[in-house]
Order: sequence, then C-alpha cells, then structure tokens
Amino acid sequence: MTPKLKKILIDPIVRNNPVAVQVLGICSALAVTTKLQTTITMCFAVIFVTVFSNIGVSLVRKITPGSIRMIVEMTIIATMVIVVDQIIKAFAYDISKELSVFVGLIITNCIVMGRTEAFALTHNPVESALDGLGNGLGYSFVLLCVGSIRELFGSGSLLGFPILKTVSAGGWYVPNGLLVLSPGAFFLIAAFIWVVKTVKKDMAE
Amino acid sequence: MQHITDMFIQSVFTQNLALSLFLGMCSFLALSKKVKTALGLGVAVIVVQTITIPVNNIILNYFLKEGALAWTGVPFLANLDLSFLTLISFIGVIAAMVQILEMTLDRFFPPLYNALGIFLPLITVNCAIMGGSLFMEQRDYTLPDSFLYGLFSGIGWAFAIVLLAGIMEKLEYSHVPRGLRGIGIVFMTVGLLAMAFMCFSGM
Repeated sequence: MTPKLKKILIDPIVRNNPVAVQVLGICSALAVTTKLQTTITMCFAVIFVTVFSNIGVSLVRKITPGSIRMIVEMTIIATMVIVVDQIIKAFAYDISKELSVFVGLIITNCIVMGRTEAFALTHNPVESALDGLGNGLGYSFVLLCVGSIRELFGSGSLLGFPILKTVSAGGWYVPNGLLVLSPGAFFLIAAFIWVVKTVKKDMAE
Repeated sequence: MQHITDMFIQSVFTQNLALSLFLGMCSFLALSKKVKTALGLGVAVIVVQTITIPVNNIILNYFLKEGALAWTGVPFLANLDLSFLTLISFIGVIAAMVQILEMTLDRFFPPLYNALGIFLPLITVNCAIMGGSLFMEQRDYTLPDSFLYGLFSGIGWAFAIVLLAGIMEKLEYSHVPRGLRGIGIVFMTVGLLAMAFMCFSGM
C-alpha cells in the first residue's frame, strides 16, 4: 500500500475524525450507544454504507451531470441503506427493533453524504473505498468508546455480561442512570471533544 | 381534546426530536449561534414537517404497505408488499416537497422566501424530517394524527433550537475553558437543556 493510500485510510480515524473533529453524524452517535451490542451493529451498517456508496458514486462520477449529482448520490446511498436494513431485519431482528428508525436514518447521516460529495466525486474507486472505510472506522471508534462507557457505568455490564455487579443483582455497584438517558450522552460527547482538543492543542478554537 | 394535548406534551417535551431522540443534530448545533437564524430554521422545519409527514402517510398507506394497492382493483397488485421501498420513497418525497415549497415561496411570497430560502435546501438532509416520517410509520399514525404529529414535533424542534440559541448568545461573554470552546460547550448546554426537558416526563 502506497503512503498516499495509507494516509487516506488512517487520517480520518484519529487526526481528522468525522465525529469528534468535524462534528458530523452526531445524531446516531448519541442515539444508538446505550448498549454495546446495538452500537456494534450500527458501526458495521455505517461502514458498509460509507464504503459502498463511495465506490458507487465514484464509479459514475464521470457521467454524472453536476446539476443532478445530489439526487444521484442520494439514490445510491438510499439503495445501500435499504440493503443493510433488510439484512439486519433478516438476520438480527431483535437488534433491528432496538435500533428502530436509526438504520433508516443513515440516509441522512452527514458523514455519508459529506464523503460522497467531498471525496468520491473527485477520486477513483479504490481511493474512495479506502476513504469510506477510514471514515466508517473513525465513526465506529468514537461510537465504541461512548457505547462502552455508557453501558459499563450506566448498567454495569458490557455486551450484556455483568462486569460491575449492580446492587439490584446483589452486588455493590449503583448504576448511574443518567448515562443511559439522553443528557448523559451529550455530556460524554462534550467530554470526549474536550479531551481530544486538549491533547491536540492545534485544534482548539 | 385529551388526545391532542397528550400528543402535544409528548412530541414537544418528553419525546423532543432534538433533545431526547437526537435528531437533526448537525444543523441544530451548527446554526444555534444567533436567535434570528435559529428562528428561521425552526419555522422552516415546522412547515416542512407538517407537510411531509401527512404526505408520506398517504404514500405509505395507499401505495407501499402490504395490500395497500388493493384500491386499484388490479388483482395481482392486491397482495403486493412494497414496504422495502419505504426509505427511498420517503427521502424522495422530502426532497421533492422541499423543492416545491421553495419554488412556491419564491413565486408567491418573496419576503418569506428571502427569510427562509437559505435554510430550505439544508432541510432535505435534516434527519429530524426523515426521522419524523419513520416514527410515523413505526407508530402507525392515522392521517389526522400524522398531521398533528408533524406540526407538534416541528414545534418541539424549533422550540429547542431557539432556546439553545438564546443561551449561546449570552454565553458568548463568559469565560469557557480552552478545550471546551466552540462545539464542546454547545454539547454541555444541550445536555443541560435535555435534562430540563426530561422533567416533563412525569406529566
């Protein structure tokens, strides 16, 4: 792999992270992270959609007139999301119930639209696929961090296995209910951004 | 009447699209610096939400659901299940509606178009609109209910963004820790707002 391709793949994971740095795709990052299992499913769904919609848009980039490119991108993305939605419904029905509308909302996830618009329209399919993969991984990285913290401290378990034994189950840990509710998610993301910006001083505004 | 007030409290406060379901966050965070812009975007969301949710409801119930095409009278259409097309038809309807609204405003109400114009294209990719339609599908609303839901959830979203913009305007003069400046403090404020809205859940 050439250094250029490597940079395309690695850059969005930490240095130019779509969620923490560019603040894109926040809706689902907050909504699906109450449990790690739903978080992981969502991450795979988003990675699949970013990679394949990037490839799709990149393949037709030379024959797409500029004036209708938004609709073309939207159709390609929506098709990919429908594929993912049907797969999850077929093989993981319980999880699809918990994710409720948020798989469908990948269509309006600004990361996907943003990457096709900003990258895939001007690059070849291989680079676009790597860019999609990198951004998907960057998104997953933040989601997994937030998801593990919320499940571990909010309900004392990880992936459904009890780690910190809660009081109601005869243990010692009093779960922090706030983390499972919506304000907890906002505070966690704020803290995450605070840490990232303090460690990397050049990004502070 | 009871039904309407219940729905109002539910969609504006306890199930607020922005603060408890995290929908429309991108524009919610990006455009909450000034009360005036927030108000413009909020009104645009209310209008689009009130139109698209009932339209999507009609499309869902008369074209896409299993057996929905029975009204055509064509035998092989009667048992057709097109619900896998839900996502793509909803997004198509939203994009088309926003475009039509934009052109209508431009032709007949130029002052309103100048005020809302720049926000309308943004709304196509606002997940609050798409989310509203998907919740309508999930909760099986009837046509009048989906109209009310569209109106109330739009009001809830607009209310939240105007409140946040008001706070952000005051916050401009306060001393915020370095790393939290910019987007960090917005998240903190939204978290506190979300806590305040949660208090309505006992009603």
